[in-house]
Amino acid sequence: MTKGKADQILPGILNEKERELRNSFLLQVKNIPGGKSIKKCIQCGTCTATCPVSYTMDITPREIIALFRAKEIDTILSSRTIWICASCYACTVRCPQGVKVTDIIYTLKRLAIENEIFPKKFPVYALSNSFVWLVNHLGLSYEPGLLVAYCLRTNPFKLLGMVPLFLKLAKKGRIGFFPRKIKNKKNFSKILKEAEIVENIIPMHES
Amino acid sequence: MNYSYYPGCSLEASAKGYDESVKYVFSELGHELIEIDDWNCCGATYYMATKETISLVISARNLAIAEKQGMDIIAPCSSCYTILYKTNHILKNNRILREKVNQALRKVGLEYNLNVEVRHPLEVLVNDVGIETIASKAKISLGGLKIAQYYGCQIVRPERGLDDKDDPQMMDNLCKALGAENVYFPMKTQCCGGMLMTTYPDVGLGLNKKLLECAKENSADIIITTCPLCQINLEAYQNKINKKFETDFKIPVLFFTQIVGHALGGSPRELGLNRSLIPFEPEKISREVQR
Repeated sequence: MTKGKADQILPGILNEKERELRNSFLLQVKNIPGGKSIKKCIQCGTCTATCPVSYTMDITPREIIALFRAKEIDTILSSRTIWICASCYACTVRCPQGVKVTDIIYTLKRLAIENEIFPKKFPVYALSNSFVWLVNHLGLSYEPGLLVAYCLRTNPFKLLGMVPLFLKLAKKGRIGFFPRKIKNKKNFSKILKEAEIVENIIPMHES
Repeated sequence: MNYSYYPGCSLEASAKGYDESVKYVFSELGHELIEIDDWNCCGATYYMATKETISLVISARNLAIAEKQGMDIIAPCSSCYTILYKTNHILKNNRILREKVNQALRKVGLEYNLNVEVRHPLEVLVNDVGIETIASKAKISLGGLKIAQYYGCQIVRPERGLDDKDDPQMMDNLCKALGAENVYFPMKTQCCGGMLMTTYPDVGLGLNKKLLECAKENSADIIITTCPLCQINLEAYQNKINKKFETDFKIPVLFFTQIVGHALGGSPRELGLNRSLIPFEPEKISREVQR
């Protein structure tokens, strides 16, 4: 995106990129059941206090909402916070205002992926991407395949470290040596293709 | 009663013992599980994190097939359960997403009309079958076996009203009725980190160390869980944790259905207990008494 007039920081006016991200975020948040409760956040920090991994985050879950209000979505998307979230829903169940924090983080992950705001070899994205690739091809997940694809995208040497565990599990019959495909792969692909088309239709608002 | 069974990808591989023991327990209690015909991956948290509509479509394909079979779904894997449940919830609440999803499904003659409930086997055993019925069919008393019940984060959250979201009791009550001694385990719903074990091992190992420590300090003989990912994190990484933190954990981590099946008289092979990396040897641990 070129720096134009809209990119200049003026009081009360968003730059173009921020405005696009913001609109897209708000649109997706509306799809979450109870998503509108984001407005009710009182910045108490219960989410951060409950989160088992907030100590490793660069911005805390509470700060995500503060930064969103401060029109700083770009900062949120480039943080490692949204990728460290393990999706345990502790914040969501403890929030006194009913803010769907975990689902909001999912929305932010999707937004970051759509807009490619993250380092390419970023571990969680690499894992998600490998997973999606596998499921699209097999209709099923396949654990060894997932790990191999993941390591190839990040650090192939990590594979060596996984060999002992792989062998132990194989000995107990807990690893399949060949991936299995779903029977009706053709139908599955048809559904995926159509889903991709509908995905891109901008959702209308629920009346 | 019969149920549609959604095993999920893990139960075909690393959590094979879960699959075997769920099937054993349900058939022993006289309920039939009918596998969803040609089910596909639920999409897990990763797909959810990538594409919204597509992830809902993938997961809804399973719901649509189960609807044709006319029975509610039982999904043992906590993650599959959460994703399928969440998809059902979103589709029930959002007309537009439902329409989008059905548009994709109709391409192959499927349609989902919200007539399926997604359920977890733990909740079905407690609510439909009943703890008393299960206890009356037990052939072996768990004989004071000290168990730490680890629910993990997914099955009681977000609020489904199934059980308390911080201090659930379903597994505790079930084990107690079967003669086990439940240890104090306040970390029963703390997250194990899930795939952080792969993406950020330091964070993942730390979370699991805390869980094992809590179980050990309260002198648990074994940990039982409802989730394949929790199980593998807690069991398969104990060596790594011991090395990193200079600890000496060696606690068997089983699926709750393996322990219920054990009480119902299942053999280790029938329950997939032979697949454990850290063997569960009841004769060594517990003070077992035949009835």
